[in-house]
Amino acid sequence: MFIIGELINGMYANIGKAIKEKDKAEIQKCALRQIESGADALDINCGPASKQPLVDMPWLVEVVQEITDKPLCLDSSRHQVIEAGLKAARNKIIINSVSADSEKLDIIIPLAKQYGAQLIGITISKKGIPQNKDQRLELAATIVSACVDKEFPVENLYLDPIVLPVNVAQAQLKDILESIREFKIISEPSPKTTLGLSNVSQGTNTRGLVNRTFLTMAIAYGLDSAILDPTDEELMEALITSELILNKNIYCSSYLEAYRKK
Amino acid sequence: MALQLMTEKWSGEVSVVSIGATQEDKGTRSHILKIGGEKSLPCLFREGSLPNRPQIVFEVWDTLPLDWPDELTRGYKDVLGDPVKWAQMCVKEYKAQGICLRLQGAHQDFGNKSPEEEAQLIQKVLKSVRVPLIILGCGDDAKDNLLLPACSEAAKQERCLIGPATQDNYKTIVASVLADGHNIIAESPIDINIAKQLNVLISDMGLTLERIVMDPTIGALGYGLEYAYSIMERSRLAGLSGDKTLACPFICFVGQEAWRAKEAKVGPAEQGVIWEALTAIALVQAGANLLVMRHPKAIEKVGKYIDNLFER
Repeated sequence: MFIIGELINGMYANIGKAIKEKDKAEIQKCALRQIESGADALDINCGPASKQPLVDMPWLVEVVQEITDKPLCLDSSRHQVIEAGLKAARNKIIINSVSADSEKLDIIIPLAKQYGAQLIGITISKKGIPQNKDQRLELAATIVSACVDKEFPVENLYLDPIVLPVNVAQAQLKDILESIREFKIISEPSPKTTLGLSNVSQGTNTRGLVNRTFLTMAIAYGLDSAILDPTDEELMEALITSELILNKNIYCSSYLEAYRKK
Repeated sequence: MALQLMTEKWSGEVSVVSIGATQEDKGTRSHILKIGGEKSLPCLFREGSLPNRPQIVFEVWDTLPLDWPDELTRGYKDVLGDPVKWAQMCVKEYKAQGICLRLQGAHQDFGNKSPEEEAQLIQKVLKSVRVPLIILGCGDDAKDNLLLPACSEAAKQERCLIGPATQDNYKTIVASVLADGHNIIAESPIDINIAKQLNVLISDMGLTLERIVMDPTIGALGYGLEYAYSIMERSRLAGLSGDKTLACPFICFVGQEAWRAKEAKVGPAEQGVIWEALTAIALVQAGANLLVMRHPKAIEKVGKYIDNLFER
């Protein structure tokens, strides 16, 4: 499982403040804490409060690159912000994200190609969030075929079915899980799958439990990657155990610790 | 139509373990035995690099090996019971590249030699031969915990390979190996889960995974060889896929197992040699990195096989 740490996001008070005050140490501390907890990549998001994302994004990229060579996941819906991040990047980049709208795909896919970045495609369009599995699959196919047309390698594409909160769209979660499996059969080679996990538990009283239960189920449906809080120890242990049960790692009594030695 | 090979690209690789320290590393060995480093499954030369060929070392005992059949003792006739001469003979006559000294004589049933005596022996052997040394305990946990630290200290700086450490008995041995700069043999009973667990336990004590050689425990041809093969294969697949806790090279005690087989002891004189050689060759194909063998003729045959295989 490719783990993308979600904590460098201006939406969180400490990060928002650090971005505003250009407090490098706070950002780097957050980056290191996630890496030590098992993050393979770090999501970078200036947050909705950022008044100058075109400045903040490259600043964040540079600050994080000072302390790690892990891939960075540039998180913005605006391609200008993503491009500003790409220009500052030395590390491997994942663009997060592009929707299934042709005007977005026409800009972002060439950008990803130009910078050799990977790409997260979200199954959402200007018409809104899909309401069932078929609509999701249709949007996923749109993204995949745009990649094929533009000769972007599909194995560098992650598809995100967009997880909705369980207290908002309870009826959709099963469809979302099934989409994960179906995305994999859209093309050969398969696209990868990822999702922003924490959204599933928005507004619930048992966020940790909802997160790790959903993640466990999603892993069973073949999820390749997730954007999550790697410092949530119970979540990480559920993830490691799920992979163990799927025979992706060899069991031993200290398998949790063994995973962390990898 | 051109033949297209289906090759796998692995994210992990087997760690490289260096046995023996030369002058450069403040040791007195003439050369270093480097094992491991594979980036593909065994013998798939086109798939990934296999930088270090499997090595064979001669097994020498500190006492008379009473249960060795005549065919096996014939080549060592005048030196049995004198480990220093025995080791010298292996190096001079049979061109041994390494010696595995089994301290069986420390066992209470085989002479009960003291740790001090054995430590002195280690020093003598190190003085009289210059090849890298592997030191094996007597198999009694309590005794090995006294014996191996003494021998480890006596061989300080020589970067030996010492063992066995087992799941129930590893702490004392790991501490000594760590202090004296050696490598360790982690032995598990044909069980990949225990093999992995032991490696985790050893590395938790501060001895890095790059200093562990795994003994998966093998069976000879006809005596469970295929079980060992499948454990080694699974372990190697995990290691190559990025599981560092299983990416250690393998040591296989071929001589010990092959000469226990009934077929090795009876029948025409050459049968035991063939039994040992065939067991070794199968294990090379399973991914063995270090073969501990007994009969000079079997060793010669397997050495030629390995040379031939790796000269392609």
